[in-house]
Amino acid sequence: MIFWLITTLVKILIIFGVLLLAAAYLTLLERKVAARIQNRLGPMEAGFHGLLQPIADGIKLFFKEDIVPADANKILFILAPIVVVIPVLTTFAVIPFGAPIKIFGHIVPLQITNVNIGILFILALSSLGIYGVVIGGWASNSKYSLLGAIRTVAQMISYELSLVLSIIGVIMIAGNLSLAQIVSSQAHMWFIVYQPIGFLIYLIASTAEMNRVPFDLGEAEGELVAGFHTEYSSMKFAFYFIGEYGQIVVNAAIITTLFLGGWEGPFLPSVLWFVIKVFLVILIYLWFRWTYPRLRYDELMDLGWKILLPLSLANIVVTGFIMVLLGK
Amino acid sequence: MSGYKDFLIDVDDFAVNIGPQHPSTHGVLRILAKLDGETVISAEPIIGYLHTGMEKFAEFRTYHQAETITDRMDYVSGASNNLGYILTVEKLCGVKPPKKAEYVRVILAELTRISSHLVWLGTHAVDLGALTEFLYCFRERELILDIIDTMAGSRMTPSFFRVGGIAMDVHQDFINKIRDFIKIFPEKISEYEALLTKNKIWLERTKNIGVISAEDAVSFAFTGPNLRGSGLKYDIRKINPYSSYEDFDFDIPAGDSGDVYDRYLVRIEEMRQSLKIVAQAVENIPEGVYLSYDEYPQYVIPPKKRALTTMEGMISLFKYGMDGIKPPKGEAYVSIENPRGELGYYIVSDGSAFPYRMRVRSPSFCSISAICKMCKGYLLADLVSIIGSIDFLLGESDR
Repeated sequence: MIFWLITTLVKILIIFGVLLLAAAYLTLLERKVAARIQNRLGPMEAGFHGLLQPIADGIKLFFKEDIVPADANKILFILAPIVVVIPVLTTFAVIPFGAPIKIFGHIVPLQITNVNIGILFILALSSLGIYGVVIGGWASNSKYSLLGAIRTVAQMISYELSLVLSIIGVIMIAGNLSLAQIVSSQAHMWFIVYQPIGFLIYLIASTAEMNRVPFDLGEAEGELVAGFHTEYSSMKFAFYFIGEYGQIVVNAAIITTLFLGGWEGPFLPSVLWFVIKVFLVILIYLWFRWTYPRLRYDELMDLGWKILLPLSLANIVVTGFIMVLLGK
Repeated sequence: MSGYKDFLIDVDDFAVNIGPQHPSTHGVLRILAKLDGETVISAEPIIGYLHTGMEKFAEFRTYHQAETITDRMDYVSGASNNLGYILTVEKLCGVKPPKKAEYVRVILAELTRISSHLVWLGTHAVDLGALTEFLYCFRERELILDIIDTMAGSRMTPSFFRVGGIAMDVHQDFINKIRDFIKIFPEKISEYEALLTKNKIWLERTKNIGVISAEDAVSFAFTGPNLRGSGLKYDIRKINPYSSYEDFDFDIPAGDSGDVYDRYLVRIEEMRQSLKIVAQAVENIPEGVYLSYDEYPQYVIPPKKRALTTMEGMISLFKYGMDGIKPPKGEAYVSIENPRGELGYYIVSDGSAFPYRMRVRSPSFCSISAICKMCKGYLLADLVSIIGSIDFLLGESDR
């Protein structure tokens, strides 16, 4: 019992630290990838090739004046960034990031807790993060923020359904909602092979969930200045960023777990496999952002309702049909 | 804590003030947009935040000094603005520049057109969220500015043209740099197009947005790529050729529906055509003098070499510096094809060394006035796309 408590606490601390650090260094990675795509160097001054840049940014944001607009609803205004960050950090609790290891004769799964409804837990939490955006946009009492919040709501309705439905195929094949089980059932073949359409839909819908180009309607800088976080400054603003980048890591981890075989892989240690796959998925997200223009919000709704939703429903039907045919 | 009513934004009369400081108003345009949800009910452009009084300013400058004002009006296409001004003063004085000078003027004006369109393409794409395009465009713009720098000694504000010619003879470095540029640029245009032209999202964002019919475009006095996007092939370089444009073979691209996408295609094609003109001009620069000092010693400054080696050259250079040129009494209007449209200069001379009055017909001013007409009924996101597509410049519209 004590052993379980200690290992779990250690795992929580590690995940917490790694995730926050990854979110910070993801900003650097994004800037470096963007620079590479755009024929630039990116940050070069702070540390070797800008390696200390995230720390410099963090210190800068920490010392900025913390402004709350005069007519803003103070409680909600402060609550909103917290609502964005917490679900992101919590989601990682159910994601297995490595094969179980043996310490002093005990088997320790590399996953904080193996909930048997892991996928439901993830879906519930990931849609919670949107409330932070909506509340923040509304509480700022600014028109740009309000428009950003309204757009985010419209966006949420359109992608959320297809996001959930795209996973159903995976669940049908694995026959289980627990993420550890899903990973172990991919030992022979990754689910991306069985569910290529589900993978694509999840990739697109999760980009929309994270408010990133081409779906960054809530903060469309060309239109709404900065959208829902126009009025935010200092660490509150930083919280939105931690939330956004943490969400990228989490989504990449979910994709890895559901479609790319999780930590499964030959030769290398399982944790390393997990990190490599997550990293590659993150690169895809970054690549999206620096290549595509932004969609309009009615076009996003068209995409969500008219293309992604029917496609994901069809995907479920076809998956079920084939499973019956193969007699599984 | 404040009550519920205090932070309730009035949604019935939802007015958003876009600008003067806003990422996508390209300078300091202010747009008072009335919204219903996100649909634009009316968008009233408010200008004047960059008013510098340049027309008035020119009345206290000699004719050559006033030239430096013109490239600061439209700071993205300096050489083109200089050209319009110098042609007007030449018309006032009755001076004809030598062919060589005309060719160099065409080269600089067309390079400026390309660089101006590059700035437009980059910023327009950024408005629609395609951030990478911007840096690609500015990469090539840097090359153009470098070429202009080689010839004129400054990048954005050349002021290189003189009444009756150009300030300096062409040199090999300039020619070589242009030849290099002509070699690489066509594939760069394809590179820009690869990111946008067939991109599904780009099509969705620009097709059938901000449509303006040819009739409306004419009644709003649209010129340049904006008018040609609506399908009218009106280009002063063809209709009323100036500065030897009749020597060159080029097409005028035109759209058909007059939406944002058509204006985009027209400008992309114009870059290709401009490059074609530059290529023809640079290979056919005629031999001879670059200032027609011998024909019009009264109005034209002497070439540098003669000013430094002969007595009468030195005296006349000194006189131009001290007194300026004094065109005969009268008035002149010349309009040229600026990257943004028809740029006209109207100058009245009272026989003194200073213009009595200078008036600029600005293409941006006319296109800004149509924003309300073009945006009505579209979404806020389209407003940004429309504003970007008409390619205005506030420095020129406010003057």
